[in-house]
Amino acid sequence: MKAGRVKAGPVKAGRMALAGNLAVLAAGLAALFGLPAFAETYLIINSTIFAAFAILALSLALIWGYAGILCFGQAAFFGLGGYTYAVAAINMGETTLPALMAVLLPALFAGLLGYFMFWGRISDVYLGVITLTVSLIFYRFVNQTAGEQWNIGDAPLGGFNGIPSTPILNWPGRAGDQLAPEDIFALSVGLLLAVYFGCKLLLATRFGRILVAIRENETRAELLGYDVRLYKLAIFMLGGAMAGLSGLLFANSVFVSPTMFSLPVSGQIIIWIIIGGLGTLIGPVIGCILMQVLTNWLGTVSQIKGFGWVDPNLVLGVLLVIFVLLVPRGLTGLAAGVWSWLKGLANRAPAERSATREQTDP
Amino acid sequence: MDYLVILLLQIGSAVASLVLMSIGLAVIFGMMRVINLAHGEFLMLGGYAAITAFNHGVNLWLAMVVVAPLAVGLFGAVVERLVIRHLYGRLIDTMLATWGLSLAMIGFVTVVFGNTVSGISAPLGSLSIGAYRTGAYEIFLIGVAVLLLVAGWLVLRFTRYGLIARGTMQNPAMAAALGTNPSAVYAVTFAVGSALSGLAGGLLAPLSGVVPTIGAAYIAKAFITVISGGAAILSGTAIAATLLGAINTLATFAFTSVLGEVALLVAAVVLLRLLPQGITGRFFRRAL
Amino acid sequence: MINRRKLLRASAAGAAGLAAGPFVIRDLHAEDAVKIAGIHDTSGGLDIYGKQMVATLDLAVNEVNESGGLLGRKIQLINYDPQSNIQLYTQYATEAATKEKVAVVHGGITSASREAIRPLLKRFNTLYFYNTLYEGGVCDRNIFCTGSTPAQTVEKLVPYVQKKWGKKIYTIAADYNYGQITAKWVKKYAQDNGGEVVQTDFFPLDVTDFGPTVKKIQAAKPDLVMSALVGAAHISFYRQWAAAGMNKQIPLASTTFGNEIVITSPEEHNGYIVAFGYLEGIDTPANKKFVEIVHGKYGIPHMTELATMTYHGLHLWADAVKKANSLDRVKVIEALEGGASYDGPAGKTTIDAKTHHDILDVYIGEARDKKFVVLEKFAQQQPADTQAVCDLKKSPNENKQYVIDVKT
Repeated sequence: MKAGRVKAGPVKAGRMALAGNLAVLAAGLAALFGLPAFAETYLIINSTIFAAFAILALSLALIWGYAGILCFGQAAFFGLGGYTYAVAAINMGETTLPALMAVLLPALFAGLLGYFMFWGRISDVYLGVITLTVSLIFYRFVNQTAGEQWNIGDAPLGGFNGIPSTPILNWPGRAGDQLAPEDIFALSVGLLLAVYFGCKLLLATRFGRILVAIRENETRAELLGYDVRLYKLAIFMLGGAMAGLSGLLFANSVFVSPTMFSLPVSGQIIIWIIIGGLGTLIGPVIGCILMQVLTNWLGTVSQIKGFGWVDPNLVLGVLLVIFVLLVPRGLTGLAAGVWSWLKGLANRAPAERSATREQTDP
Repeated sequence: MDYLVILLLQIGSAVASLVLMSIGLAVIFGMMRVINLAHGEFLMLGGYAAITAFNHGVNLWLAMVVVAPLAVGLFGAVVERLVIRHLYGRLIDTMLATWGLSLAMIGFVTVVFGNTVSGISAPLGSLSIGAYRTGAYEIFLIGVAVLLLVAGWLVLRFTRYGLIARGTMQNPAMAAALGTNPSAVYAVTFAVGSALSGLAGGLLAPLSGVVPTIGAAYIAKAFITVISGGAAILSGTAIAATLLGAINTLATFAFTSVLGEVALLVAAVVLLRLLPQGITGRFFRRAL
Repeated sequence: MINRRKLLRASAAGAAGLAAGPFVIRDLHAEDAVKIAGIHDTSGGLDIYGKQMVATLDLAVNEVNESGGLLGRKIQLINYDPQSNIQLYTQYATEAATKEKVAVVHGGITSASREAIRPLLKRFNTLYFYNTLYEGGVCDRNIFCTGSTPAQTVEKLVPYVQKKWGKKIYTIAADYNYGQITAKWVKKYAQDNGGEVVQTDFFPLDVTDFGPTVKKIQAAKPDLVMSALVGAAHISFYRQWAAAGMNKQIPLASTTFGNEIVITSPEEHNGYIVAFGYLEGIDTPANKKFVEIVHGKYGIPHMTELATMTYHGLHLWADAVKKANSLDRVKVIEALEGGASYDGPAGKTTIDAKTHHDILDVYIGEARDKKFVVLEKFAQQQPADTQAVCDLKKSPNENKQYVIDVKT
């Protein structure tokens, strides 16, 4: 009953993986340099938000898909990153240090929470409950900070309304010289690529392989002499840092408000991963972008047909149920299945077909 | 003196509403190890069922006590058949599927009823305790919560269904080997759990009103109560509800309602760190 | 449950009817139409307000189009539904301004949503109308705020209810900027009139359990309760207050109890006294006709200030375009600053050039059997709170929301 799923096809995987990586890199670079050249402003702004969320998707894809830690409260680190940046930047003026803090503080907090959970030997479900509860505590707390007693230095926490005056990043060392929306876009997409390939590299190391071993069988990994707790803690902190980074970018394209901590945000990340494919990195990124585009589109169509009778919740919910029941390996799994089915059809080699089918775990 | 009585009554009513909110979830989790994240929406549906029936001329008590549990119980049976059945033993997948279900239910109810539905006023009027007034309906709910727990205990302890249920809880494989049909037991359990949620939703509707998103207010508290309570359905829920309800109310009276909520959540986290298997995972292990 | 199918059919038919009605216009003269955008939450928790705002915006656009349009062109209304999600506000505002190049954006419900799109629309030089009652203090030449602010309503309401009921007030308010600042104004005006606020409690917007609060209020024994509770969850307060029989014991006044009247029953709300820039019970021919259309054609059960001010807002803008004889943003702003005024269902609303807020009529009303009966009207109230901090004539380049310092 492990959350993770085995990846298919170890043979010939090397060449495929290389081709895949190159394709991702090409797509990323095309977006990075192509979009600003011809796309309209609203598309750039939308893409910035997509990229920020894609990093958030990767943060959970890494800890859930590869280390088997299902965190129901990833939004806690996302919001913490955003708020740390906003509060520090308002107080300091210059934004380079606040940006670093926005990554470090969530990581440290993840470390604290991880220590509490992994050394307490808390099991899957309970871990989900605790992370959920922690994000709820943040949400409740920040939501009631509208009063003046909650100002941190010069920064009002703002309660429900958030901090609309969240400063935009400036060029390092040149306080007040803010980045243009195009620069924020380039930064977000660039960071997304860096994080994506960083994760790929990490998983290829010894550390990454031990993580997968832990996901597959925690007891066995422990008996082999690995301190499971330490490895889980490390990856959990890394996930927290990535979520914090995403929060920083989000704060720069919208602004920080308590919804960053909310249950729908945590849940959204899980939906992206399920739809994209658990146990992959590219799947969640694709799932994230697809769902964002879908949500945007729903907001415009529902008006045409009448007053909002295409309810976005209804669509998202039904999609999630369908994917869990019928497409448990997500779009990437589906694509891989279809691909090898086609290949099998071409080669008339039925063995390949069953090879992909058996992989779904019970 | 009046104040003390009022305070105690308030704690009682907080505990009772926690029990009502979580009993359906506890039955399903305790028996089937299935976490139903659409639980809050089952309560919401109960509220809507009661109000719709009432607005169509059904007697208020009938609407809350009969129509609501029946409607939601039926709905639960359908959900079990279509979704849950295919995911037994896959805890995480069930959580995800029921979470999708919860979103879909919110969307569906919004489409059908809209966000504006006039609610029912609480029946039974009010009564004075010294210088204070309190709703008689709140006291009635305390009674209902106690009654539900006692009835649950009687069913589990003395009926044939209770015996099968306890057997399946302890060791599903062994129970099956002795001739029970686990999938039938699960189906019935899920429907009963849903019906209890429907009943609670109907009963709570006059106090909290209904909006499609009301489930969110219920689910976190129900979830935390059940997990903190641990494996024993009835005693676990009762003890956890008492503990958390008391902490919540006292902190609310002493400070603000936000700190009351935060105190409840912090208490739950600390509790789970100390007793990772819940209260009844450590104490009262043989309780029901 | 039997009636779910019938309901479904009814709502589908309703949707189809609407689709055939107001939305046909979007295809006529699509080429040379004047595009404008509305951004309102028509799904999610705020949809009660969003739907009526979309309806009245549509109504106003239709009226302008039927009377010959603007500068010889039709108005084409593009509606966006941000689904009560701030991030989508940002995205849609950018899309409306840069892709559709609209002449004006009407919309935003919460202050957070307004602050999300206000800087964007300023950056993209797109005129913005915010038609919701809010806490006041926005100072920006690119925006016009047509809703009432706390100083306008609270200033009249507090003395009124103190004279009627007594001096000791217990305030309960939603825990966000609007509630916090409204509570401060309540305290100020209570003291100015020789009374006091014995306690103020704040509640996050998702609180539904008010049991302890009902008891705390009883322990404090105030003469009246002043409520600035907001949103669907807070309606529980009125239910639990009535369930304890307290609505017969301690009277209640509010500057936020509006659409709640549809959802609560007469036993729960009769006798509450409210103050708004608009009440459905206003007894003028203009309002009666307006209410009839919105109830009938659009199926909106109850009109609030937000939706009516959206209607006023669109007409104020359209009149200014006609006066300026141009869609140019600066010319339209100058026309609006020249004492633009519109006489409509809410009475007379005039743009205050100094703050870009509305000088409007304030109504005090009483809830009686699901309707508000107007008790008293205060004509042409100045937005004194924003005027105290903002002067766009002197400094037209201001671009912020002031936190108004209420001196008590």
